[in-house]
Amino acid sequence: MQLIATHKKPILQVKELMKQFGGNRAVDGATFDVEKGSITGLIGPNGAGKTTCFNCIAGALSPNNGNVIFDEYDITGLPPYRIFDRALIRTFQIPQELTQMSVLENLMLARGGQDGERLWQAWLHPNKIAIQENDLQESALEILELVDLYKHAHETASSLSGGQRKLLELARALMGQPRMILLDEPSAGVNPTLARKLSEHIEMIRDKLGITFLLISHDMDIIERLCDKVIVMTSGHVLIEGSANEVFSNTEVQEAYLGSQYR
Amino acid sequence: MDHQYEKNFMAIPDSVILVTLIGATNWGVGFLTTVAIFAIVALALNLQWGYTGIFNFGVVAFFMIGAYTSALLTLPPPSKFESHILGLELPVLIGWFSAALAGGLLALVIGLPTLRLRRDFLAIATIGVATIIRSIANTTEGFVNRGSGLNGIPRFLDNFTNASDYKWVLLVIMIVMLSAVYFGLQRVTAAPWGRVLRAIRDNEETAMAAGKHTVSFRMQAFVLGGAIMGLAGALWAHRTGSISPTAFNDLFGTFVIWTMVMVGGSGNNKGAVIGALAVGFFWFGTPLIQEDLPDILGTRVFQLRELTVGLLIVLFLLFQPHGLIREKPQVSRFITKRKNMYQQLD
Repeated sequence: MQLIATHKKPILQVKELMKQFGGNRAVDGATFDVEKGSITGLIGPNGAGKTTCFNCIAGALSPNNGNVIFDEYDITGLPPYRIFDRALIRTFQIPQELTQMSVLENLMLARGGQDGERLWQAWLHPNKIAIQENDLQESALEILELVDLYKHAHETASSLSGGQRKLLELARALMGQPRMILLDEPSAGVNPTLARKLSEHIEMIRDKLGITFLLISHDMDIIERLCDKVIVMTSGHVLIEGSANEVFSNTEVQEAYLGSQYR
Repeated sequence: MDHQYEKNFMAIPDSVILVTLIGATNWGVGFLTTVAIFAIVALALNLQWGYTGIFNFGVVAFFMIGAYTSALLTLPPPSKFESHILGLELPVLIGWFSAALAGGLLALVIGLPTLRLRRDFLAIATIGVATIIRSIANTTEGFVNRGSGLNGIPRFLDNFTNASDYKWVLLVIMIVMLSAVYFGLQRVTAAPWGRVLRAIRDNEETAMAAGKHTVSFRMQAFVLGGAIMGLAGALWAHRTGSISPTAFNDLFGTFVIWTMVMVGGSGNNKGAVIGALAVGFFWFGTPLIQEDLPDILGTRVFQLRELTVGLLIVLFLLFQPHGLIREKPQVSRFITKRKNMYQQLD
């Protein structure tokens, strides 16, 4: 069911996506578009296939059927590093920071195309690598400042609080110079103040840098506040999509997911 | 008491002191020469496991293939009492280079089918390969002289000095080789390349999400590590002058090296060298105290040594999992802390 007619150019198109684990179809023919420069929410009950859908888009899982088109390029089944190269970057529901590495280098890792990551370059051209590392460090520090983690730059990532780790996830995604970020539960396990701060960051990044967001969340306040469009998934397929108000007032969505408080 | 001690000490003839000193010096030189080789292997394992998280339980296979490759290329053709391939009398340096190539090639062959799989598959594959290589060397007729091994392996730069002083030349060669491997590895591991390896070790999913082709990086570390192990095997063969399959057992060639890395501290090259020195001193020093121990221990000193290696692993895992030297959170040596960064923002 399509509640709103859209004319903006989609940056991401998911077509008839299907992912099966044994006899269980986690994603069963999901089809939706994400417009360029938008913040789109992906919601639904647990087991609806949202994270599996994310994994198929980001290349962590290869779908059994269907297509994922990113910026007019078919990325279906590509490995994660090839999808990253196309500037589509994901974060994780449970922060996956590198705990024994400094916050700064967690970020520096996430920039693509580094000469110093080539064995022979690292061996033969240390001066060139030093210049690149310096630039990279500046860039990482700017992003850390943006997400209020600047003063933690040289601490190990394990010393950060749960909320700060969520911010680090976002910062790491930004470091990859993305055109689109897939955010999996950015506010899960985060206190309301930090969750609000996080949503402000997301909005500011979209407005300032023009980055598109597709976010999974069970936090309806964030969805309502941030999202231009909301896609509801259930049983592996898209139940409905539209604005937050339209979706929240839909009886099918209320019955399948939201409950009586949204009636 | 002190006076009595001085009296006793003065009673020891000068010749005895001289012989003791010469003996200690010879042992020390031999020990450092051997430990330098083991430190090179420990550095290679540290690259594979310490930095990248690759479980190589067949270190001895790479060490052995390097030793045999270099020996077969530098030895003269076999006499009528020997039965082995090659024997090309090539220069020792070519032997060493080829040994590194052979080690790297073996890593590539093992790594291609296994590095994409779960990490424990590689551990099993490497144990299997070590056993197969040893078995082939031991049983195949006309290949590497079977259990009799290869003898008379030429020494490097042995015409440089007389036989009694050669140990010093050998020590310098090994220290130069160890330094080259240490600083070479330090150059690439304390750089963005090493940062990716550590990311793969700590969380492969994150490394993939950060756009890294993790299989390719793991392969690079495995092959480079294998090549260094092969080189170390060649150094060993030319140091001892003779090698046989039975000498390359798993305890000596794999688990002692693992202990060195675990005791020294994985994920940093300094730790691997310190671990090699500490565990090497224990491993090679134990026979020296054999005669001074009571019979009940003296006769079992080698078994006790093996038991202690196992115990060391367990104790370090329980009480000092980071080893003697803990790895630093900063990987890249190019990172500089900005002045006043805390004051500005606090």
